[in-house]
Amino acid sequence: MADNTLTTFKGTQEQQDKLLEVIAKNKDLPGALLPVLHEAQEIYGYLPIEVQQMVADGLGISLSEVYGVATFYSRFSLTPKGKHKISVCLGTACYVKGSDKVLEEVEKMLGIKSGECTPDGLFSIDSCRCVGACGLAPVMMIDEEVYGKLTPAEVHKILADYMAKEGGSI
Amino acid sequence: METVHLKINNIPVEVPKGYTILQAAKAANIEIPTLCYLKDINCIGACRVCMVEAKNRRGLLAACVYPAEEGLEVFTNTPDVIKSRKTTVELLLSTHKKKCLSCVRNNNCELQKLALELGVDEDRFTGEEPRFEIDDLSPYIVRDNNKCVNCMRCVAACKNVQGISVIGAIRRGFDAHVGSAFDLSLNNAPCVGCGQCVVSCPVGALTEKSNEDKVWEAISDPDKQVLFFTAPSIKATLGESFDMPIGTNVEGKMAAAIKRLGSNVKAFNMDFTADLTIMEEANELVERIKNGGTLPMFTSCCPGWVKFVEHYYPEFIPNLSTCKSPQAMFGAVLKGYYCQKNNIDPENVFVVSVIPCTAKKFEVTRPQLRSNENYDDVDVALTTRELARMIKRAAIDFTKLEDEDYDAPFNKATGGGAIFGATGGVLEAALRTAARTLDGDFKKVDFEEVRGPEQIREVTYEVAGVKINVAVTSGLANARKLLEKIKKGEANYQMVEIMACPGGCINGGGQPIRSDSVSNYVDYKALRSKALYDYDKNCEFRCSDESPVIKMVYDEFFEAPGKEKAHHYLHTSYVPRGKYYET
Repeated sequence: MADNTLTTFKGTQEQQDKLLEVIAKNKDLPGALLPVLHEAQEIYGYLPIEVQQMVADGLGISLSEVYGVATFYSRFSLTPKGKHKISVCLGTACYVKGSDKVLEEVEKMLGIKSGECTPDGLFSIDSCRCVGACGLAPVMMIDEEVYGKLTPAEVHKILADYMAKEGGSI
Repeated sequence: METVHLKINNIPVEVPKGYTILQAAKAANIEIPTLCYLKDINCIGACRVCMVEAKNRRGLLAACVYPAEEGLEVFTNTPDVIKSRKTTVELLLSTHKKKCLSCVRNNNCELQKLALELGVDEDRFTGEEPRFEIDDLSPYIVRDNNKCVNCMRCVAACKNVQGISVIGAIRRGFDAHVGSAFDLSLNNAPCVGCGQCVVSCPVGALTEKSNEDKVWEAISDPDKQVLFFTAPSIKATLGESFDMPIGTNVEGKMAAAIKRLGSNVKAFNMDFTADLTIMEEANELVERIKNGGTLPMFTSCCPGWVKFVEHYYPEFIPNLSTCKSPQAMFGAVLKGYYCQKNNIDPENVFVVSVIPCTAKKFEVTRPQLRSNENYDDVDVALTTRELARMIKRAAIDFTKLEDEDYDAPFNKATGGGAIFGATGGVLEAALRTAARTLDGDFKKVDFEEVRGPEQIREVTYEVAGVKINVAVTSGLANARKLLEKIKKGEANYQMVEIMACPGGCINGGGQPIRSDSVSNYVDYKALRSKALYDYDKNCEFRCSDESPVIKMVYDEFFEAPGKEKAHHYLHTSYVPRGKYYET
């Protein structure tokens, strides 16, 4: 069975205090789990087992219930996100314009798959469904920046710039 | 009572307001097939098998959740309804691992029954099939999600009946499945092993971890003596596996059948170690009261309950009686006393318990129970279902067997031992013996107040001027309520009996699995319990301390309850466990 999700967790006291505050605020509300998980992900960037246990303890529910909700919604992530979050749109318009090739190029350059994070913690890749910029298809976002009308060659150039800025190379 | 009037298949029906269509139909003797519905446990309208048609209602309605409304005209078997059910089952079968011939639930499977009734084409929908890893790491339960129909009955049993929720629905869509948090094996999750999920499962996705092969292997070894003993509740349930009416006492046939499994097999009566437990536990209670020990004392015979305390309420570990369970005591008696008396090397003895329970499969592996560090006292624990399968494999015509006695010297026991199998039974047996100890003239034997079915029973007895407050419950969700009450100081009990499974061992996770048509409409727990109480009433001895076998083992070996030798062989210790995964 999968034990590999038990990653090494580095949470700060400040993050924990913040989470406990969120739990205290929502504890007695019906359906508290969803808003608490949202805020927990804001605080930690993802929802590792340690955070889910804190949520379970705080709300007085079982870990399996927390895990069920955390895995039901694609918005929640159980793996850490990189410093730079890359999101490739696989919505209909982008897809027919070849965004699968864009994703392929990103995965190739970073050596990880969609949903994963580079070991140095700098980049993570996800796919999304439509960012509302279909006129620019195919589109990807890096953090809050939107890049449109992409080709694999352009993707290569954009990522190379980010890597150079972070002091790495291809 | 406010009622509503409706028509089902043109038959006028009057039912109490609040009834569902399913209940109303049942009241009119009209069957509606179900799959995810399990009375009192799971009612979520998810599987869409119980769909019915109603006049002036759009689409089809799920009968298990749709309320019976005034003037409603329901049709339960129109061509549209049947077509819908058939397609639903065919879709379920499209991802189902159809290994029906070798499945332990073959001929006892709700999906198979529906498929047959609806005349499905099992291969109508083909395509990608989800393939899940089988979780067989725990010593008690195996989960094969490739057979799961996502009915959520196990999830509901774990959450609503046991209040544990160690399993739940994970992910969504095609990847949706049932499992523990972070997809950990049940073995690493804070599961107590009660098996209520197994007896709730309509298909073969959840089964006990089978030990039958190990027993057959021991039977085929001419150097081994294979010593079986059967728990108190088995006599009241085993017959169901052979299509006998629920609540038939089959003790004599069971003893006969076990002896016919092999020439090196003996069949003993575990009611005897239930009596032995009472001797030790009653003594422990008196000691605790006299010496200011931790009170209330909790019974410790139920391994699901014990593991629950270790995981979720470790602060109550000092309250658990240090007495081993009757199963563990029998192991110690056989490999200690019996082997010594008969000059047998314990290595040549293979001890098989037959228990109504999956948690007992975990219990036999507890290192704290070893009375000798080199071997487990009980080698293998078999559920009632496994024993039934062994009897069938040996082609023994169970229903035609003449009654036989158990093998000496562990053939005699008391009614007090027998009622261990029903909720309240341990406490009642303890009260019988404790009362006689405190007051030699005490005549009351039936302590009916502690018997079921109320969820929590609290009674105060006065014996020889001493007031004893007791409480009984079964089902761990109820146990949790009781523990919280004790924690808050709202109760002052001396002794508390808790069984993990609702109704006690007669409804254990290792008992024969009833079909939905029984569990949803028949009070099988009451029928099984009645078999034990009727048995008790007709016993020659009803108080554990009267048993001649008890007298023999104390005289020849254990000296007296609580004495050093008794303590070494018959008492144990507990360990706090994590509330999350075990490391």
